[in-house]
Amino acid sequence: MSQAIQFDPIRLPREAEELRLEVRDFLAEEIANGGFDPHRTIMKSGFDREFSKRVGARGWIGMTWPKKYGGHERSFLERYVVTEEFRSQNAPVTSHFTADRQSGPVLLKYAEEHIKEDILPKITAGDCCFCIGLSEPNSGSDLFAASTRATQTDGGYLINGTKLWTSNAHQAEYMIGLFRTSPPTKENRRHGLTQFLVNLKQPGITINPVRNMAGKHDFNEVLFEDLFIPDDHLLGEVDSAWKQATSELAYERSGPERFLETFYVLPELVRVIGQKPDARAAEGIGRLVAQLHTLRRMSVSVNGMLQAGKEPVIEGSIVKDVGTIWEQNLPAKARDLAAFVDDTPSNRSNFDELLQYATNIAPKLTIQGGTTEVLRGIIARGLGLR
Amino acid sequence: MSEVDPLLIDATTKIFEDLSDPQTLNSATTSDWRSALWSALEESGLTLAWVPTDNGGSGASLADGFSILELAGKFAVPIPLGETLLAGWLLSKSDLDCPSGMMTVAPSRPRDKIQITEDNTLEGRAFGIPFANVAENIVVLAYKGEAPHIAQVSGKDCVIKSNPGQSGDGRDTITFSNTTPIKIAPAPEGFSGQEFCIMGATIRSMQISGALQSILKLATDYAQERVAFEKQISKFQAVQHNLAKLASETAVAIAAAGSAMDTINTATQYNELVFFEAASAKIRTGESVGEAAAIAHQVHGAIGFTEEHILHRYTQRLWDWRDDFGSESEWAVELGEMVAERGADELWPLLTAR
Repeated sequence: MSQAIQFDPIRLPREAEELRLEVRDFLAEEIANGGFDPHRTIMKSGFDREFSKRVGARGWIGMTWPKKYGGHERSFLERYVVTEEFRSQNAPVTSHFTADRQSGPVLLKYAEEHIKEDILPKITAGDCCFCIGLSEPNSGSDLFAASTRATQTDGGYLINGTKLWTSNAHQAEYMIGLFRTSPPTKENRRHGLTQFLVNLKQPGITINPVRNMAGKHDFNEVLFEDLFIPDDHLLGEVDSAWKQATSELAYERSGPERFLETFYVLPELVRVIGQKPDARAAEGIGRLVAQLHTLRRMSVSVNGMLQAGKEPVIEGSIVKDVGTIWEQNLPAKARDLAAFVDDTPSNRSNFDELLQYATNIAPKLTIQGGTTEVLRGIIARGLGLR
Repeated sequence: MSEVDPLLIDATTKIFEDLSDPQTLNSATTSDWRSALWSALEESGLTLAWVPTDNGGSGASLADGFSILELAGKFAVPIPLGETLLAGWLLSKSDLDCPSGMMTVAPSRPRDKIQITEDNTLEGRAFGIPFANVAENIVVLAYKGEAPHIAQVSGKDCVIKSNPGQSGDGRDTITFSNTTPIKIAPAPEGFSGQEFCIMGATIRSMQISGALQSILKLATDYAQERVAFEKQISKFQAVQHNLAKLASETAVAIAAAGSAMDTINTATQYNELVFFEAASAKIRTGESVGEAAAIAHQVHGAIGFTEEHILHRYTQRLWDWRDDFGSESEWAVELGEMVAERGADELWPLLTAR
């Protein structure tokens, strides 16, 4: 077996807890002023460019990035606190979240200097939205079967093909896209894919909405027809995107957003159950809270271990696996526990609405960002079985 | 974060490797191993780890003691080490001297209550007491009216009805009737029975964590050795995914137990946060046991179901430990009541308190 599993019981440092209070004040003020409506974020859309700009103005986007690019050189754990507080209040982070979590870091690592200087400050200002162009009609989990082509031309590449399930492409300025620059080789089936920065406001791109079964427009189909990408928009090494999926995945896989996506159901459950629950309801709530608490401790631990320079790859995958299953099952458990709560409009209408919504989106939680099946394969590899 | 003494861990590991190897004990035809193991632990001061040096113990930190017990879980050690540590901790709360030798504690079920009569004898019944039959002394948390007291009772002075439990370690019933303790004193101001349950529960959380780590290793090793359909069974995706789930349940237990242990170790006083962490850990580690034990047995096939194989030494203890010092259900009801009473808007502040 590989390295033993480790979850140091890390606590958030003082400066992170002080930051938490600032963030709570900010969010409370925003809600009081009508800056955002938590209910609307859940049921309709979390995309709010003006809100993102206000967050950027507070220095809470690109928190861990170098100051020279508009970042703030703060710690992973401080970022963790901002992320979890925003999630707990259902703040509308959609416009900046992907850029903050993964696209910015990719640019930091692989983009040319002038691109970094141009785009990163826009992200940290909350004025730039990124989407991820990975999945296609014929490839999702099997990332390296991607076939959208990037053909070399004078000064750059021409892109032809289709990306699918691209969340927020319709609202984003940029995409980080994975395109095929060469066929795979016999020795390495992952060879031949390259990461590119794609400016979405250009001719040659058609974006079609794909409505999900909850009635929301998040997904898109993105068609490329001879889209031109200049050479300097290539990220990293040609044909070598497979080398660029680094330990970023550890924190990308195990942040609070990976188990808090249905969290709003839980306080509403506590509200409808009331202050004097029977044993059945009390037990149910107790178990859910114990499970959530443990998940959070694991997630803080992974981020803390990252901060300390470790590479908790198996731990990160475990947190995502356990976390997504938990958040997926939460609406079902809440439904069971609320089964005997009186059905008066004032008591249950908000809870029922949120419960039904969470139930409707639950299927996607173990699919997005890496399916359970793939994650378990990664964990198995971490155990030395593959 | 709590510091743990690495030398202590190394020394204890060596004792367990030499004198408590699960395969050796499993094949033993006599119980000579028991006194050899106990003597070694006593000589290194491990049995009185939580007794202050002033009272003749080794004055180790709570973290050190808990870490030793995680190791005891890793080796499925079949002697009352955790119970003796807890007994020493309890006696020391009232500044009572601690005897040598094997000890256990009572009650181990939160709802069992032992009363102290007018003439200072003990009255009542405690179920599921681990190792009552081998313990020379039993340290009892008992009540005079509502006031908690700590007493030491000789094993010989109680009526003990044996029940092997699932592991054979013993989950005996003790009847106290007109029982005169060897020593007794009131518990210190502010001490609550729940504090004692919390310590017991966290001991079990750490042991469960240790044992799960071992069965994860046993199962992954076995899957890589065992050949079926012309390949190692570890090559089958179904088996890989089951082992991944076992690893996840183990990880959850490591994290939960470690967090509770750290909280108790660094707390300056017993409070709601200590309860929250310890209750969560006992619930979640208890929940891990079911699926983890099932997967470990499933991967091993028939051989893992035999007496000869060592897997049962772990799984049977896991099934006993999750019942001790409060089951998942009991702790969950208490935790759920606390959460409900505080109200929906206090849930997030509770989760983020530390």
